[in-house]
Amino acid sequence: MKFGVLVFPGSNCDHDAYHVLSKHVGQPVDFIWHRQTDLAGYDAVIVPGGFSYGDYLRAGALARFSPVMKAVKEFSAEGKFVFGICNGFQILCEAGLLPGALMRNSNLHFVCKHVNLRVENNRTPYTDEITESKVLSIPIAHADGNYVCDDETFQSLEENGQIVFRYCDENGEVNADSNPNGSRSNIAGICNLDRNVLGMMPHPERACEELLGSNDGREIFRSLANSIEALAA
Amino acid sequence: MKAKVYVTLKQGVLDPQGKAIHHSAELLGFEKIGDIRQGKYFEITLDQGLSAKEALETAEKIAKDVLANPVIEDFSVVIDETAAESA
Repeated sequence: MKFGVLVFPGSNCDHDAYHVLSKHVGQPVDFIWHRQTDLAGYDAVIVPGGFSYGDYLRAGALARFSPVMKAVKEFSAEGKFVFGICNGFQILCEAGLLPGALMRNSNLHFVCKHVNLRVENNRTPYTDEITESKVLSIPIAHADGNYVCDDETFQSLEENGQIVFRYCDENGEVNADSNPNGSRSNIAGICNLDRNVLGMMPHPERACEELLGSNDGREIFRSLANSIEALAA
Repeated sequence: MKAKVYVTLKQGVLDPQGKAIHHSAELLGFEKIGDIRQGKYFEITLDQGLSAKEALETAEKIAKDVLANPVIEDFSVVIDETAAESA
């Protein structure tokens, strides 16, 4: 199994993702510069957090034109795994690999703190090692994490189980007080219909060490690794 | 020739930045302001040899593919044929 971590000009969570995959998942990982156009040999690519292209125009709007993104689209169409975190989620929405868009936080603040996430669907390759409704403590760090979509999209996300994580309180209660950015229906992470593309605003790669306050993020990366292994078997 | 592209939030999409600007305008004493919504404005300098129709088509394609996100934004294009190429 081999992971790739995309690197755009302005990515800054690429090394964290690399660290977690190599140390805690224990699998080979490569950095993939955004000008690369071949993803052969990889089982999953991480689209990491950061500020690709300085967030110019809109967060993620310019990264989607990087040469590697054409390869990422083909890669995802083959059913391989594409995991966007924070800016990576924004890029995947801009690229049309996930529905909806991420706008400026409704409170206008850059919010950097640990939040609680409820696992809404544990029948995805990214969450199948996690108990449904389990509450994960994972940090967010963003100014543009306010998930928006039209009613029709929202309904199809609900019906198809594509809402994977919601912001909640420590008891798993999804309410307005636990919504850090104004996201529709407290949405923190969604997947595509085929379940191989996941995007989330919180940073699981920053929650993989006891020292950092939580290692709940490991469960997501390990679920993904086990899913890749199951596919290969 | 110049294309002037205006990108605005779709109706119904909340604009927290516009709200904050509105609030500041009110603090300054401006009254009777219903609403302020923030958008983006782009000027694209185009080859003088293009017809107005070609210029419009080019600018609309750029707006649709790059400048606006159709999930949340609308755009409009105005062609200024009198604008010099190197402004």
